[in-house]
Amino acid sequence: MKSTLIFLSFLSFVGLASAAGGGYSLDRANIDASDAESLQRGAKIFIDRCVSCHSAAFMRFNRLTDIGLSERQIQQYFITDDTVKVGDTIKSAIRASDAKAMFGVVPPDLSVVSRSRGADWLYTYLRTFYKDETATTGWNNLVFPNVAMPNVFSQEQGVLRAIHSTSGQSGLTLQVETEGSLNTDAFDDLMLDLTNFLVFMGEPAAEKRKQIGSLVIIFLILFAFMAWAVKREFWKDIH
Amino acid sequence: MLRPVMTWIDERFPMSKMVREHLTEYYAPKNFNFWYFFGGLAIVVLAIQILTGIFLTMHYKPDADKAFASVEYIMRDVPLGWLIRYIHSTGASMFFVVIYLHMFRALLYGSYRKPRELLWIFGMVIYLCLMAEAFFGYLLPWGQMSYWGAQVIVNLFGSVPFIGPDLAIWIRGDYVVGDATLNRFFALHVIAVPIALLGLVVAHIISLHEVGSNNPDGIEIKKHKDPKTGKPLDGIPFHPYYTVKDIFGLVVFMIIFASIVFFAPEMGGYFLEHNNFIPADPMKTPPHIAPVWYFTPFYSILRAVPPMFGSQFPGVLAMGGAVVILFLLPWLDKSPVRSIRYKGPLFKTSLTIFVTSFLLLGYLGLKPTNIWGQIGGGDVATLAAQLCTALYFLFFLSLPIISRLDRTKAEPDRVTS
Repeated sequence: MKSTLIFLSFLSFVGLASAAGGGYSLDRANIDASDAESLQRGAKIFIDRCVSCHSAAFMRFNRLTDIGLSERQIQQYFITDDTVKVGDTIKSAIRASDAKAMFGVVPPDLSVVSRSRGADWLYTYLRTFYKDETATTGWNNLVFPNVAMPNVFSQEQGVLRAIHSTSGQSGLTLQVETEGSLNTDAFDDLMLDLTNFLVFMGEPAAEKRKQIGSLVIIFLILFAFMAWAVKREFWKDIH
Repeated sequence: MLRPVMTWIDERFPMSKMVREHLTEYYAPKNFNFWYFFGGLAIVVLAIQILTGIFLTMHYKPDADKAFASVEYIMRDVPLGWLIRYIHSTGASMFFVVIYLHMFRALLYGSYRKPRELLWIFGMVIYLCLMAEAFFGYLLPWGQMSYWGAQVIVNLFGSVPFIGPDLAIWIRGDYVVGDATLNRFFALHVIAVPIALLGLVVAHIISLHEVGSNNPDGIEIKKHKDPKTGKPLDGIPFHPYYTVKDIFGLVVFMIIFASIVFFAPEMGGYFLEHNNFIPADPMKTPPHIAPVWYFTPFYSILRAVPPMFGSQFPGVLAMGGAVVILFLLPWLDKSPVRSIRYKGPLFKTSLTIFVTSFLLLGYLGLKPTNIWGQIGGGDVATLAAQLCTALYFLFFLSLPIISRLDRTKAEPDRVTS
């Protein structure tokens, strides 16, 4: 018993939870990987708005069938260029050299961005752009200060401005300067859909992994009982 | 039906003889407890790593321009590739979990003591190979942590006086970690080290079966043999008794293993680090470079020793010494008894302090040195790491003395349960 406790404490040491680090405390992204509609909306936003500058070089269009879309729908609603096939990966519309000239950096590939940044980071980042005339693009961000990316959703979100205040994190609070076409809740939902999709894209097999996993664990537990019974039978005469 | 076949084989190869010597007539003490599962589990994990490794090699490309993409290709386009990859990445960490527990068992029950010194040394060389294997393998996904972790470790060799810089270039095959490094690490990871590991494991087991297994009481079962049969009275044939018991242990282990693979393959960023999902970028140094968890105790020791004469070498020596000193354990322990069950309060206290220091060093190695703020101009975490480093070495250096002074209990004549 004592030894088992030592073992368990060792395991808990190994599994110590990590804090994400960085200064800004993140909003929680309540995403639902089983919500196909949210994922489809997120995919549409991604293709319409992000892919103009970003690529997803490891993600194939036909992987969208995993979130309930048919190949015909993908071809119809997600692929604008006739030369692009449904089995191709997602390339950005902008040339790397043009992007470099425009933003100073090549926009990163977003295939696995959710795995390096995490859902909460993305969800908060997408919602904390503010107008800043000192920045080259005219935009700055609370989570990623001096980011090279402008706010591509300013039409929906409106224009925010950072006000110096003692209550806000890093001494800044965001205030609405110009209203956007969506109210705050609707915009948050939109960004939640996008985050949901980015997380799906980071590991498209994740849902399947959990499904198979449950069956494997159930099998192993049954196997463990059998193995225990066999062991007990063999060891009956050992004292 | 089977008998003629066996006879045919036995006349040409000692099949039945080997099965007898290593399984059906290998007598193991009957009082093995929980801690005795881990040797067998280590063999299973080795087999898992080799098997999944073979399949990963079929799709992986050891090329600086393609490596990262080929791993994602395995994760997405290869049927069940994600499963093979997660089993391999989880296996790497679980290998160390199992080996650390296996080594701790030896500490508890004095399994390294005479006549098992060579058995312990084979085990330590296996541990060294395992560290090399993990280090080489960690570069292959070609993520930011892969790249910068390798950079840091190779630079350690660069701190060796006189030959250091040339040595580092020789290891990398280039002035920086690059395609040449990736290619050679791949070769070492998939061929050189696995062959060494397999040979050493065979030597470890042959050596074990030559001297016989120790047990939680730390007494020799060979002292009491049945006068008629010559079999140890407290021994039971490894097969079927321990094979059926180990199968049960294995299945329980598999439940833990599968839970990680299927439900938490990143293990909160400890088994697969978040930064390793960013492709390697030689121009961008990550703000905080930490090795994977199983190296962090030694990394902490490295960081705890301040540079002397403008060189990091003393820290490197301390880190190397922390591993090398384990080899000497059989000759440092002078206690009249082997097992912790009969050792005195001095050893028990000393071991507790040692294990606590080791775990704390592991924790500190994961974090930047400024986590706990400063005291008198120095980072508290650095001071803690220095204290733990001292305690780590003190355990070994004081062992010859405390093992002599300690108030031990009398060992029983026969094994207890």
